[in-house]
Amino acid sequence: MPDVTFTVDGKKLTAPAGTLLIDACRKAGIEIPAFCYYPGLSLQAACRMCVVRQEKVPKLQTACTTTVAEGQVFVTESPEIAQARKATIELLLGNHPLDCPVCDAGGECELQDMNFKYGAGESLYAEAKHHRDEQQWSPAVFYDRPRCILCYRCTRMCGEGMDVWALGVNNRGADSVIVPNDGQQLDCEQCGMCIDVCPVGALTSGSYRYKTRPWEMNHVSTVCTHCADGCKVTLGVRSTTDGAEIIRADNRDKSGINGDFLCAKGRFGFDFVESADRLTKPLVRNSAGKLEPATWEHALSVAAKKLKEIRDSRGGAAIGVIGSNRTTNEENYLLQKFSRTVLATNNIDHERTTDYASFARALAGHPGKTASLRDIASACAILLVGTNPTDEHPLLAWLLRTDVRLNRARLYIANHAPIKLERQARAMQGLPPNGYKDLTTILDRGETDLAKAVKAEESLIVIFGSEIRGTAIHNLVTWGLNRGPNPDSVRFACLGDHSNSRGAADMGLFPDLLPGYVPITEPGAFVEYADLPPAAGKTLSQMLDVATAGELGALLVVGANPVSRAPLNPAALKNTFLIVQDLFLTETATLAEVVLPAASLYEKSGTVTNTFGDVQIVRKAADRAGVKPDFEILVRLAEAMGGPIKGLVPFGRAGTTADLGQSRGAQSGEADRHAVWLEANGLEPRLSPFDPFALFDEIERLVPGYAIDRINLIAGNDVHSEPASPGLVPVTALAGEDFIVPAHDTLFTSGTLGRYSAALKQLEEHQAKELAKSAAD
Amino acid sequence: MPRLVSHPDEVKIVSRRFGMGAEKIDRYLELGGYEAVMKCLAQDSDWIINEMKASNLRGRGGAGFSAGMKWSFVPRQSAKPKYILVNGDESEPGTCKDHLIFLHDPHSVIEGTIIAGLAVGAKMGFIYLRGEYRYLLEITERAVADAYQRGFLGKNIFGSGKEFEIITQTGAGAYEVGEESALMESLEGKRGVPRIKPPFPAVVGLYGGPTVINNAETIATVPHVINMGAAAYAAVGTPRNGGTRLFSISGHVERPGVYELPMGYNLKKMIYEVAGGIRGGRNLKAVVPGGSSTPVLLPQEIDIGMDFDQVGKAGSMLGSGGVVVIDDQTCIVEFALRTISFYAHESCGWCIPCREGTDWLKKSLTRFHAGFGAPSDIDNMQYLAENMLGRTFCPLGDAAAMPTIAFIKKFRKEFEDHLNGKPCPFAREGVLQLTVV
Repeated sequence: MPDVTFTVDGKKLTAPAGTLLIDACRKAGIEIPAFCYYPGLSLQAACRMCVVRQEKVPKLQTACTTTVAEGQVFVTESPEIAQARKATIELLLGNHPLDCPVCDAGGECELQDMNFKYGAGESLYAEAKHHRDEQQWSPAVFYDRPRCILCYRCTRMCGEGMDVWALGVNNRGADSVIVPNDGQQLDCEQCGMCIDVCPVGALTSGSYRYKTRPWEMNHVSTVCTHCADGCKVTLGVRSTTDGAEIIRADNRDKSGINGDFLCAKGRFGFDFVESADRLTKPLVRNSAGKLEPATWEHALSVAAKKLKEIRDSRGGAAIGVIGSNRTTNEENYLLQKFSRTVLATNNIDHERTTDYASFARALAGHPGKTASLRDIASACAILLVGTNPTDEHPLLAWLLRTDVRLNRARLYIANHAPIKLERQARAMQGLPPNGYKDLTTILDRGETDLAKAVKAEESLIVIFGSEIRGTAIHNLVTWGLNRGPNPDSVRFACLGDHSNSRGAADMGLFPDLLPGYVPITEPGAFVEYADLPPAAGKTLSQMLDVATAGELGALLVVGANPVSRAPLNPAALKNTFLIVQDLFLTETATLAEVVLPAASLYEKSGTVTNTFGDVQIVRKAADRAGVKPDFEILVRLAEAMGGPIKGLVPFGRAGTTADLGQSRGAQSGEADRHAVWLEANGLEPRLSPFDPFALFDEIERLVPGYAIDRINLIAGNDVHSEPASPGLVPVTALAGEDFIVPAHDTLFTSGTLGRYSAALKQLEEHQAKELAKSAAD
Repeated sequence: MPRLVSHPDEVKIVSRRFGMGAEKIDRYLELGGYEAVMKCLAQDSDWIINEMKASNLRGRGGAGFSAGMKWSFVPRQSAKPKYILVNGDESEPGTCKDHLIFLHDPHSVIEGTIIAGLAVGAKMGFIYLRGEYRYLLEITERAVADAYQRGFLGKNIFGSGKEFEIITQTGAGAYEVGEESALMESLEGKRGVPRIKPPFPAVVGLYGGPTVINNAETIATVPHVINMGAAAYAAVGTPRNGGTRLFSISGHVERPGVYELPMGYNLKKMIYEVAGGIRGGRNLKAVVPGGSSTPVLLPQEIDIGMDFDQVGKAGSMLGSGGVVVIDDQTCIVEFALRTISFYAHESCGWCIPCREGTDWLKKSLTRFHAGFGAPSDIDNMQYLAENMLGRTFCPLGDAAAMPTIAFIKKFRKEFEDHLNGKPCPFAREGVLQLTVV
């Protein structure tokens, strides 16, 4: 649309013809009040708050439905308009309960704000207000009818935004009420978006209501710890006697990739941090074979002593390390560096949920081919293969729905089972459960509806789930790269399961790959690491096999639960000294000799990378006395083993001994690489060995793909990284696909962690009941 | 079946077949039925639209928009099917004219619908009847079935090779659905709330297709316009107000009923001569000239011609042609309360000013009429109504606000008489006490 010029309050504004006046004004910094208008949802023109005066038009016009055209003249504030808005608020307040002092929304209420601005201060009515008792629609959603101003944001968000359509309107006139379409209870995805968009306190959250006043919380913007989409989340925290508790999760400033979106897990599944099962003291197995509480010093020294002993007597190959899908990039990087340089072992792996390694290999030599979530949000055409994002990647599903709804994107789905997103799809290709290997053949042949349509697409984003592994990834990527005359027009995304699964892979929690998927066998790889064990180590299942054979001396498990993941006889680890860092006494932790209570992602700082490669900053929000971030635990463990920790974490004054290559560098006359890099990038050395950003500096410097825009990252934005660095050479395929076990999480489960969330458990039970009810109908 | 009334001043055009058994197709044909549509089949669509424009036939639903103009807005080429929609959701209190059309002359609606279809190139029409008119549905459906059977509807109407289908549908009892876009929502099976305009129905209407939506009386008039010729039809009324109108005269008159009179007929004469004057020799207190949503007129204001322009000039509206006559034994506060109670009950609840405004007006007036009013209430009610006016999503808010403002302004003294705990001056034995639910 061509730009047009029009006048608002005497100011000349320019916007594309057809832009809604309210949007054009807001963009220009002219705030027009509205209850029912919500960007991205259908127009209502129901609240009548956005009325403005348009020249030569007899009646006041609603800015939310007026489209701008050349030469129009508008007035958005005048005594007449203020009076109209005041009268509307007076009418609303007639029935509104004015229980602001106890209302959850008090202080964050759009009705309060507008009343403050337009000053409807007197009541004109003597009659009683409408009253209806509040209702609980689900464990997550409460509805307080008298407070409702009927803006229909919730019904539209649920229907248009979520494609759930669980809310509707009953009755008419002043008796109109918002109701669950399915009777008294909400049968839905329990995302809580209805609560989020409610401008007043009519819809309140089961986990937050009557807990606090908004201004008593600190609001910390961080990243959700559950699935691999990496939603930005604002945690509302409040001090307690033993730290700081999380009271609420939302995306308060609607920034980040997810905008206003959060799913049930992000919004309600934070309560695991306050679980009664949370470990807050280290545990050490006593002579009677029982785990008993111990001090950090004791527990660390027991663990360190044993690790040192085994390394020195049997060599690093007798030690195994299993990393986490939820710890930060810095922690994962530190863990592999600790393993390789302190424990002297390449026996390091993590619970792989998808085949990022094959993805990186397939894209080697093809830079710029990974799709960020932002790419997907505005893509013209998307091919979705072997995944059900509605359950496993709620943000991805939200962005796809929105892209289809608002941008008329074309979605194609190839899957072995029906999925909800089919409702948005242009074409669907059914495949047998093990039929993904034939997909590229089907696409090449171009006979089916989907194949024909995909062929006609100029540009395409291919998103695939963990069904596609190993050679199948290679085949799909090769097909994509060769599909059209314009190889720039294709991008890929590989879906994993947890908040930092991608980071675990990117940071080299692999027996054969260093950070950035650099093969351990590549000459000159990570030369700064002293005494890098040259040969590939053992994978997770190989480690467990060796342990079962009684040949693994020690196993360090950080934030993982391998015992519950694959059927494993607990006796298998009886000859292995097991050290576990975790939040809970998981199936694995119960077998450990030493258990170290770790901080959750919400209690630490650092960065995480979502499954699309978007790196985001994590900020410490909550706090719990007794626990330590895995980063600190590892540094302390290294220190207790007698290692020079400056080699592990470059901290302190530059030019001294900031890296392990220092001695070699000094011999060859090279300067301290890290200090030189810091100076070149205008950075100061970090002062604490516990500062994750000390390692982030190193990651940025050393890990291919992670030389990212730091300013953007620190500002809280998502910054895309990609594994396919141009210099990466393809290596021969490892049989890695055998070790992949997808979590298959639902909307209310989140691996081992999710089991400790009472809120998610309640929601899961509620939905199971609703499902049984609708099955009975 | 309601008693038909007549008066020598009537010019029977639309009502000419009333009471003559024309609901039966054979009788309708005997009385010259379906001649207009055959005439139109011999002409092109421009001719039909030009005839309609020339006839000065203005929409009989209340807004008074030129029917010919409305038809001409429908795009000739459309990717989506075009539709003709007959608005038979007659719900305005004081109006009962469409009811008679469907009862006595349903084929005229069918014939008019087909002509509208020929004019704009639509192949399908819908007749939407008010939910409470379920008994008229049988008659209408019978007529539609007969028309199909004779080949007047279907794939090859009148052997012309042209296609036209008609589907009937009743509402579920919402006044709001008389608003054209709410009617379309209802017809599509949704909650009956109005749509945002633009786009207007002629561009994006029913099921997203270009749609002509006309009042049933307008559509029933179409065949007569074609038969008489536009010029002859226009000559019946006043300038810019062609033809006749079915006036529903109710209230305290000797002979209430539906009379077909030329547009511009004098209101005073209508009340005192056509309807036989005020019942029981009482005096006239007020007249609501065009259905309950139009501002009330005082006795000294009724010496006007009943067309859209003259009534507008008098500060009210011709609306649906429902003339409600109020005698001097009527409590205006109660009348206002009855009126606002209707609108509070019928507000769809979509927008704040109407939903909350009608409810608060009803509550305030209920208390006020019961004698518990405060002097400030009168101003408050007027303030409230004035702040609803022109601010609502659809005209229902105006329909509630306009009469309220007029009642308070023109009968302020009577409102003041209800103050200070005095009983209603009109309360008396034998008068039905109003109960508001």
